[in-house]
Amino acid sequence: MDFATLIQILDSTMRLATPLLLACLAGLYSERSGIFDIGLEGKMLMAAMCTGAVAALTGSVWIGLLAGIAGSMIFALIHGVASITFRGNQLISGVALNFVASGITVLIAQSLFRQGGRTPPLSGPARFNPIELPFAEALSGVPILGPFYAEVISGHGALVYIALLCVPLTWWALFRTRFGLRLRAVGENPASVDTAGISVVRLRYTAVIITGVLCGLAGAYMAAGLQTGFGKEMTAGRGYIALAALIFAKWRPWYALMATLLFGFFQALALRPDVIKGTLGFDVPVPALDALPYILTVIVLAGFVGRAIPPRAGGEPYVKER
Amino acid sequence: MTRLPRWADLVLVPLISLLLAGIISALVILAIGQSPMEALRTMVTGALGSAYGWGYTLYYATSFMFTGLAVTVAFHASLFNIGGEGQAQLGGLGVALVCLFIPWPHWTLALPGAMIAGALFGAAWAAIPAYLQAKRGSHVVITTIMFNYIAAALIVYMLVNVLRPAGQMDPATARFPAATNLPTLHEIPGLSILFDKQIPANVTLFVALLACWLVWLLLWRTRLGYEIRAFGRSEPAALYAGISPFRVTMIAMLISGGLAGLMSINNVMGESERLLQNSTEGAGFIGIAVALMGRNHPIGVFLAAILFGFLFQGGAELGLWTSIPIELRTVVQGLVILFTGALDHMVRMLLGLFFAPRRTQVA
Repeated sequence: MDFATLIQILDSTMRLATPLLLACLAGLYSERSGIFDIGLEGKMLMAAMCTGAVAALTGSVWIGLLAGIAGSMIFALIHGVASITFRGNQLISGVALNFVASGITVLIAQSLFRQGGRTPPLSGPARFNPIELPFAEALSGVPILGPFYAEVISGHGALVYIALLCVPLTWWALFRTRFGLRLRAVGENPASVDTAGISVVRLRYTAVIITGVLCGLAGAYMAAGLQTGFGKEMTAGRGYIALAALIFAKWRPWYALMATLLFGFFQALALRPDVIKGTLGFDVPVPALDALPYILTVIVLAGFVGRAIPPRAGGEPYVKER
Repeated sequence: MTRLPRWADLVLVPLISLLLAGIISALVILAIGQSPMEALRTMVTGALGSAYGWGYTLYYATSFMFTGLAVTVAFHASLFNIGGEGQAQLGGLGVALVCLFIPWPHWTLALPGAMIAGALFGAAWAAIPAYLQAKRGSHVVITTIMFNYIAAALIVYMLVNVLRPAGQMDPATARFPAATNLPTLHEIPGLSILFDKQIPANVTLFVALLACWLVWLLLWRTRLGYEIRAFGRSEPAALYAGISPFRVTMIAMLISGGLAGLMSINNVMGESERLLQNSTEGAGFIGIAVALMGRNHPIGVFLAAILFGFLFQGGAELGLWTSIPIELRTVVQGLVILFTGALDHMVRMLLGLFFAPRRTQVA
């Protein structure tokens, strides 16, 4: 593999890792507060459809983004109502919402545009267009670092940088603010938070809403950044990969960045079987590469690479003592 | 919250849930500018209005009985097996290998052989998540989801690189030999009067009915079934009673995976007569809805499977004859899971309002 190819693969790693990272951080807030969320996939899909449709209708990607966040938020709130207010089974609620999203996105897109459940192709201001970071052109002559900066770091859509900024922000919010301490506490021992006079229900709803916003960003990037519009089942299991990355990262923001970059790298590699053959000297079947993130997750879950312990109160509805 | 009478809990809760799912689906159909009544009429005539429609409804129902039972058995051990889809795909691989590479003289011999292979492959695919849950404490929900994706990749690899006959473009195995083809209901003497056209529903329907009965027998009439249910209710209590959590987790998941794998005698051996890439068509996931709707009881699973068979076939008819996309059935499926599985407390609260006053009068 020569340097130019490596730069190309790293460039697509950045782009493919972004929706994973946003969804992974989304899951982090929810699960840290004690609400399991299998429904990241469905929320992303809903956001992708809303963004694709509204951006196509208005011609503005930013209005599309708002629509995407709204769409994702509706699903987040249904999940919140089911799992916080009505103390339902969080896993089942997530699975159910994924099915609803999978079907309803196609129904809406088809009734709006009649293009076989797709939204019309987006272009120009209806997409997240590449942003050239300062000095990218000037520094591109510098060996190794220059092309790396110009190709891999610079020249992505705005959401890529927002996603990267979300990592330190999440770390700060989680470990350096009062809200973060309470959020982590409510996921470990909600009774103690309740005893301290803080509302468990409000904290958990806040977490679920943040999850909705971040999934909205992830879905919007899928439809208007990574691709040019919404297509049926376009998230293709990314919500589950993000969930896997979250476990791999042991529910910590910086590790989430590492894990999603790793999984993004595998996805980028899976797009280039020619490179793998050239590097390894033998043919690795593409399905094996596709399955790699899932196999890795199972290995991580099995505890071979250090044990991943979820927040203790995860999945348990909180019932206030009477 | 008012405790509901047993009959209301068993019958009314699923019916109200179904009604709520139906109302929301109707609103969705209205919102996309179509007529819900027209849609319902198309679904009923398409799925139940003719022997031909029933042939498809029963064919889908057969698959859903197997996957519904698979989810049910795991649920009773308080394990949520979302991996039915992957286990059924692997079962399909097992069935395909047995049908392709063993020269069966007659289908009556091929069917038990394929059943064993399908169940074994399905159970094997459930074994790793089961072991990881029992020994390492990794959550079975996440691992079975992962195994669904790994199964899909494995099937693609097997079909494209190994089992595809030379010169064939589409990723599928060769056709199974004629001796392994199962008789459809149309070819069975007696039933052929009812089903006068070639339909996909086949003898595996009777295997599915037998499986319903056997699962009931297992869960409520054997020592093992008691252990599974006791473990599902309370792990510490089961442990105190001398029930091994490892053994129950493994056995419940192996039976669950085996039942999901058994499904492929219906779709792979009975209908397509070769292994295709997406042979299960989401039946593994529908099993979740069927088990929840059927209140985790084989009789309920049987009824819910027929309901979802109707929904699946009716949804396909909608896609054919109206401009409502076929994906409507995924929406209904999701809504049924949501109301029966996650919002069941809400439904009970709603019903409790009706039952509360009468109870106080009696008291």
